[in-house]
This record gives sequence, structure tokens and C-alpha cells, in this order.
Amino acid sequence: MKRFLGTGLAATALSLPTLAAAQEAVSFDQKVNDIFSSSTGWFVNLIFMSLPGTNFPWIVLWLVVAASIFTIYFGFIQFKAFGHAISLVKGDYSDPNDAGEVSHFQALTTALSGTVGLGNIAGVAVAVGIGGPGATFWMVLAGLLGMASKFTECTLGVKYRNEYPDGTVSGGPMYYMTKGFKERGLPGGKVLAVIFAIFTIGGALGGGNMFQANQAHAQITNIVGDFSGVITGVIFAAVVFAVIVGGIKSIASVTEKVVPFMGIMYVLAALVILIMNAGQIGWAFGQIFEGAFTGLGVAGGFVGALIQGFKRAAFSNEAGVGSAAIAHSAVKTKEPVTEGVVSLLEPFIDTVVICTMTALVITISGVLVMDPATGTFVLNEAGTAIKTVDGSSGVGLTSSAFAAGFSWFPYVLALAVILFAFSTMISWSYYGLKAWTYLFGEGKTTELVFKLIFCFFIIVGAAAQLGAVIDFSDAMIFAMAVVNITALYFLMPIVKREMNSYFERIKSGAIVKHNN
Amino acid sequence: MTKATIVVGLDGSKAGARALAFAKRQAKGIGDCTIAICYVIEWSPFSFQTPEENEQRHKRREEELKMAHERVLNPAVDQAKAEGFDIVGVVKHGDAADILDATAKAHGAMQIVVGRVGARGLKERVFGGVTGRLAASASVPVTIIP
Repeated sequence: MKRFLGTGLAATALSLPTLAAAQEAVSFDQKVNDIFSSSTGWFVNLIFMSLPGTNFPWIVLWLVVAASIFTIYFGFIQFKAFGHAISLVKGDYSDPNDAGEVSHFQALTTALSGTVGLGNIAGVAVAVGIGGPGATFWMVLAGLLGMASKFTECTLGVKYRNEYPDGTVSGGPMYYMTKGFKERGLPGGKVLAVIFAIFTIGGALGGGNMFQANQAHAQITNIVGDFSGVITGVIFAAVVFAVIVGGIKSIASVTEKVVPFMGIMYVLAALVILIMNAGQIGWAFGQIFEGAFTGLGVAGGFVGALIQGFKRAAFSNEAGVGSAAIAHSAVKTKEPVTEGVVSLLEPFIDTVVICTMTALVITISGVLVMDPATGTFVLNEAGTAIKTVDGSSGVGLTSSAFAAGFSWFPYVLALAVILFAFSTMISWSYYGLKAWTYLFGEGKTTELVFKLIFCFFIIVGAAAQLGAVIDFSDAMIFAMAVVNITALYFLMPIVKREMNSYFERIKSGAIVKHNN
Repeated sequence: MTKATIVVGLDGSKAGARALAFAKRQAKGIGDCTIAICYVIEWSPFSFQTPEENEQRHKRREEELKMAHERVLNPAVDQAKAEGFDIVGVVKHGDAADILDATAKAHGAMQIVVGRVGARGLKERVFGGVTGRLAASASVPVTIIP
């Protein structure tokens, strides 16, 4: 997906050779690319290295194994506490005297706006395009397991957050690494926290910023035609600047209201398409289950479907990465477990609901070319992915699948992609800032320095084809998961103690609903 | 039987002041009567916020409460006390209609007095004004002062 869009950007830059700025940008990109590739290539290769004899990146296995361990260790908390999670979000257990504080609903939706985005639209299309409908099965499985990872990290995020005298709060893996390790008498918490913070800054500038700007620009050019990415970059940077530096709350609150609306509209549109094709839903699920174990003739067969499904789920819901622990820690609650329970809804909504909708629509729409004689998929000439009706992939594939139902949908989708990109940037600017202040201390000037760097990188991301830089930043996000999950393994007994105590008190009636 | 209580919705507007004046006249008539002034800061737990807003929320809430006390509630309470009334004041976050009714229930109040907030604008037309919703859902008699 990233490469597909990257190529599009290169084409954009090259199609405007008359513009001196563009030419300069190209040579600038080239330089940055070269420096980055030579100095950071080893790091990227290390993070995305495949397991010997396969094309399965070890980092994906790392995330899935961790999610499975947490699932078993916490006794399938994602299924047992699902109803309780909804009850918490509805506010059944919220103390009316805390009205006006951050509610569970607000913490959840804030975290969701950081994860729901391009992964759900473009990532799923890549997974289904390469791995076939069967990839959906593995994606849903990985999403369900990921719920336990979120539960673990978000419980710790709230438990070990910092509450300052002025009433503001700061939380996240940095804090549970230092405080939690100290509490357990383990060494190295501070070292882990510093490494995590460095990776978070890298991830925020890359995956949470340049990558988003890059994709948003690609979407805009799809609709209005090619133009310089510098323009998109400057506009985006100006708007983000107004929000994070200027404190123009109205822009942020407009986005925060429009993004959920877009998400709901996306799911509704998918549902309508599915209802219009109700007769085929059974067939589509058949394809998903059959494809999950046989591959139905896609590249790489059953293993190909599995890899793609796992990969996309991990990339989309960020379970285990640690970013959500930062977002969830602002909630007002006396019980850290409550926020952990609420957070397990996040991979469910992101992966199990939204990603599955995308996958079903793509499967039903018939944009994937099938051989009517054998009932298996036809591969493209290169043999790398399933042949599509119009040759599209990534966002384009999702767009044409939805267009089969509603011809105007690509415009809505483009708008959704841009808004999702914007809200993801706002969220990641915050995650990056928290890591930055953890390293360099809180204060107006240090914060401003980071915010200005962040805005500058938006322009770079939208304007340039910086494949190597973006690869590096993607690797940074997953490097966060290496550090974070290591810490989670050491701290999970604390979560278990909290969890048992909390659910015992629910059972004994010590914790009751406030509104009856 | 607990002491008679009248809940008054105060919002810093002239209509709110008229509601309080009306409640004072009622209380005088009753004699042994408490006036509970309630100031509601409109807030919903189901709004969408940025991470930064969430981080600052607790601080903002304290500021909002302080401001409501300083600007509206305390002057009204002080004045009523000076006039010899038995008066209490609360500031709460939430939906005005819900909070006023909940306060009335909590105090075992006999009535709620509010100033009429003019039903203007599209939002009011679609969702109904606070006074309208209060009148429709309250558990005790509601007096609306024009």
C-alpha cells in the first residue's frame, strides 16, 4: 500500500519537471533517501525480517503470540468482559459526582480516532487483494486476540499515569515501564522507557504523520489530478499548526465530530451494499472460511492468506504498540481495570467490525476476478496478487468495490481518507509530544519545538517520495511494540491482580451501577 | 416531612434572576422553606474530544466550577442570605433538564422554578429547549418564568 502510493507520488513529482521547486524536491528527496537508506536500512530490515524460509515478518508473529499469551493468561477477558465494557462506556458505573471529567466513552473514541483510518480502508484491500477473502478470517482472529493486548497495556497506562498538581494527567508506556518495574523490583525500566520514547517520536513523525500526509495527498490527486504535494503539505501543516500550536479548538472539535460520523457512514454504506446483495452473504462467508484454509488459488495459498490477515490486523489496530495506553490514560476512574476493559472494544470496532465490512464488500462486489470454471481466483500477470476488474489495489480497490454499490462513493471515501489522516495526525502529534516531554521535560518551549518539527514533517511527507524515511518510521512504530510487549510480559501479574480484585468486587456487590 | 424546598435553575441570565426572585416570593409565602440554586454547566459524557482536551479536562472542570461559583452562584447565595433566606447552591456538569430534576429529587423538592430560555435556532427546534424538556420529564411541578 505504502509502496503503491509512494509510486504515485513519484509520478506526481516527475510529472511537473518544469517546476523548479519540484525538481529541487526530487534532488532533496534523493539525498535524504540515500542518507536514510544507508544508515537505517539495517534497522528496517531487522524489524521486518521474515522468519527463515517464509515471508512471514517476525514482528507480526511477535504481536500475535503476545496477544495469544495475554488472552490465555487473562482467561479470555475479551469475551468475558465484553458486556461489562459496553456497560462502562454507557456510563452505568460512572459516579455522577465526576460529571464533567473525561468519560470512558471519550477516552475510547479519542483512542479510536487515532487507529481507525487508512488501515481499515487501504490495508484491508491490500490483504484481500493478495491473500484473497480467506485473509479476512485471520484478520478477525488477530483482531479478537489483540483485544487482550489492549486490555493489558491500557490498564497499566491508567494505573501508572502521572497526575500533576495542576490537575493535568500524563500516561503511557514510559510511565508504567519506570514505575511498574520499580514496584516489582526489576531493573531496566528507565532504559526501556527511554528507548520506547525515542521509537514513539520516530513513529509519530513517520507512520503518524508523513505516511498520513502522503496518503491524503495521493487521494486528493486521484480526484482533482496531479499537483505539487508541497501545496497539500503546507495546507495540512497550517491546519495542524492552528490546532496543536495555536490551540484553535474549533478545528479539532469539528474533526473529532466529523470523523466518527464518517466512520459510521462508512459502516452504514457497507451494510447497505451487503443488504442489497443479501443473497451472496452466505457465499461470501463460505469464501472467507474456505479461503482461510485452502487459499482458493491465491498467491502463497493458505499461508499467504494467513500472513496477510495477521499483518493487516496488527497494522490497523496497533494492539501491543503502546500508543493506545497514552490515549486512554486521561480517563477519570478509580479503577484502572475499567479503562482496560473499555479499551478492548477498540480492536473489536477497528478490526472485527470495520475491517470485516471492507473485506465483505470487496468480496461481494466482484471486483476480484474469478475463474467461473474452477471457482478459484485468477492472479495478475506478475502473479503477486489477485487480478482485479480495473487493475486497482489499495484504496483504489476499496473505492471501486464501493462504487459497484454507489457510484458517488469514491468522493465520500476520498473525504473520509483525508479526515482520517488528519485525525490520526492530531492523535500522533500528542503521542509524540508525550514521548518528547518524557525525554526533554515539560515546558512551553520544549513542547513548541516538537510541535514545529511535527508540522515541518507534514510538508515533507506530503511533498516528497521518501520511501526509505517512511519505511524507517513504520519500523519505528513496530519497534515500539518490541519494547512495549517486553515490558507487558514483566508487568502482567500486576494487571492480573487488579483484574481479579476488580471483578471480585463487582461480584460481591462492592462496586455497583450508579444509575438504575 | 422534610422542610419544603424549591429548586431554582440559575444560568446568569435575566430570566434566571427572575426565576430566583419568583422563588423568593414563594418561599416567603411558605415561611419555612429552603431555596436550592442550581447552576448547570452543559456537558455530555458522549462528546468527542482530542487527546489534549482529555489531558486538560480535569483542570478545565475545576476552572469551570470556580468561575460558576464566583460569577453567578456565590453572589446570588450571599445576597439571598443577607435577605434572610435559607439557601444552598450547587454547580453541576451535565444536561440541564436532567440535573435540575435530579437535584429536585435529591432535596425532596416541591417544585422547580426556571426562567424561560427562548426557543430559538434550529438546534432548539430539533432537540427542544431545556425548559420544554424539563417540563416534559420532571418528577415535580415546574414553574416557568417568562
